[in-house]
Amino acid sequence: MSAGERAEGTAGEVSGVDMTTHLGTLELPNPVLTASGCSAAGRELDPFLDVAGLGAVVTKSIARAARPGRATPRMAETPSGMLNSIGLQGPGIEAFLAKDVPWLRERGARAVVSIAGGDAAEFAELAGRLAELGPEGGISALEVNISCPNVANRGLVFACDPAASTQVIAGVVEVVAGRLPVLAKLSPDVTDIVEIARACLDAGADGLAMINTTLGMVIDTDTLRPVLAGITGGLSGPAIRPIAVRCIYQVHAAMRAGALRPAPIVGIGGVRTGLDALQLVAAGACAVQVGTATFNDPSAPERVLGELRHALAERGFARFVDAIGRAHD
Amino acid sequence: MSERPVQQRVRLRSITPEGAYHRLVLDAGQVARTAQPGQFVALSVGGADSAMLLRRCFSIAGRREGGIELLIAARGKGSTWLTQRRPGTSLDVIGPLGGPFPPAPRRAGVVLVGGGYGAAPLLWFAEELIARGRAASTVQLVLGAASQDRLAGVEQARALGAGVHVTTDDGSAGIAGRVTAAVPAALAAARREAPRESRPAPGSAPAAGSGSAETAGPPVEVYACGPMAMLRAVSEVAAEHGSPTWCAVEESMACGVGVCMTCVLPIRGADGVVRNLRTCTDGPTFDARAIVWDQIPSLTGGSR
Repeated sequence: MSAGERAEGTAGEVSGVDMTTHLGTLELPNPVLTASGCSAAGRELDPFLDVAGLGAVVTKSIARAARPGRATPRMAETPSGMLNSIGLQGPGIEAFLAKDVPWLRERGARAVVSIAGGDAAEFAELAGRLAELGPEGGISALEVNISCPNVANRGLVFACDPAASTQVIAGVVEVVAGRLPVLAKLSPDVTDIVEIARACLDAGADGLAMINTTLGMVIDTDTLRPVLAGITGGLSGPAIRPIAVRCIYQVHAAMRAGALRPAPIVGIGGVRTGLDALQLVAAGACAVQVGTATFNDPSAPERVLGELRHALAERGFARFVDAIGRAHD
Repeated sequence: MSERPVQQRVRLRSITPEGAYHRLVLDAGQVARTAQPGQFVALSVGGADSAMLLRRCFSIAGRREGGIELLIAARGKGSTWLTQRRPGTSLDVIGPLGGPFPPAPRRAGVVLVGGGYGAAPLLWFAEELIARGRAASTVQLVLGAASQDRLAGVEQARALGAGVHVTTDDGSAGIAGRVTAAVPAALAAARREAPRESRPAPGSAPAAGSGSAETAGPPVEVYACGPMAMLRAVSEVAAEHGSPTWCAVEESMACGVGVCMTCVLPIRGADGVVRNLRTCTDGPTFDARAIVWDQIPSLTGGSR
């Protein structure tokens, strides 16, 4: 079955649901996005789905300079998931702007650009470059990756410390100056995720993207050594979906209770089907990213969108937004 | 990538034990239409709710009546699941992926070195080379494995009329030893059988190491598929005899389509810069001279 056949099949059945959603000032035609690191900059998925038909493409985290990434092995399959330790291999901002952004624009895709820096200054510099391009230049929003577990100094995951999160996000928000929505990507590896969410929102983030991978490890029982060259890696896939649902629920609950400024939450974590996506939405997400499932099925983001629309129609929803946070009612 | 890959749900037409392996034929018409030797497919395993999320990648072993053939070793849970399927099973396949083997110069001799099931794509390559008019005797196959049951393609190679050199680690078939034990003889045979008129014109750049009695004469190109240590050893022996080696690698991949960045190898570019290239989309076949062997952790005992 081709991607085209699939899209026709789902659209014809249940065309009645308005899938529009908003991330701050950014309107998206639908709430299903790719996840950073699971769709490169979109091009590799082009044979399998229509990137312009998705809510947005979230690009792999981009840094100031090209990065070679970590040594191999970089990956280990785990039950309903995988560990990765890529180390943010990438071409650097210049090559990204020269090659990837024009391609996404030409395809008509909305691009949410993930940025990763070694310090607050690098984040701000990257954000400044992208904000300069703005929506007219093909950039729809920024996702600030303060939660990558595969950075050189693992003690310094910004999103594990409210002060570090504040510093990075405040620097980005200042330089962006309202030209693009700024999303802070959070780590589940914290004692109180509401506290980190508050730090990011107080620093001016327009929304939250959660969750990043959770740190894990696998040992080879023949060699009795860690499987990954990086020793630890980020765990992703359906195995972590309950953690994502819990984190989103806690943060959305704090917003409802008035303990946290209301802001859009982009749900990420183990979405493989439309019903998986619906769980994150009911917990409080106003958009959903499809990540590791794309490795299993490169057409997954498009398929999940069709399945989510169908699931909403079956449950009598005329608008997607009415399902957001329903688990709290 | 030469052609855009497709994702297809296909029927398993047949599955046949073959020594230690299984030969699968898939009714993957769209994949077969554009597939070339050296390319691979990625199969999902375990069904829609499988806890095994990652696809398994396999070299395409041939085209059969609108379908594709794969030779699969049951190594882990995923490949074991595949070898336990019955004909008629529906499988999700993506392909063709990666680039084909680089074409062999028309007048060069060809040595194809396959370790275990790594022989499968090379047999298809040999078949295509011969079908396109190359004399079978200019194609020399070195087929090696740990033991006789793990050899692949020996009968197929003989039926093609190609030169066949067999090695086993335990001596249960052919020469006792590694494939490298048979590579010099295969190179010599390929050089002997290659068309003589291809002798380089006077003044043309000689291949490295040329001039000795052993390496004088027509060029020979080596193609190897198997474990990384074997590829390195083969390319070193071939280089000593003045021949370049094309290495088809089998790094573990999470996606197979160029997204995940897990399958990278350090490759030195024409500009001298070493980059971690994706073996799925930038490979899976690389010039041995460009591979930075000393930076591959699995060969150097790991980086940790």
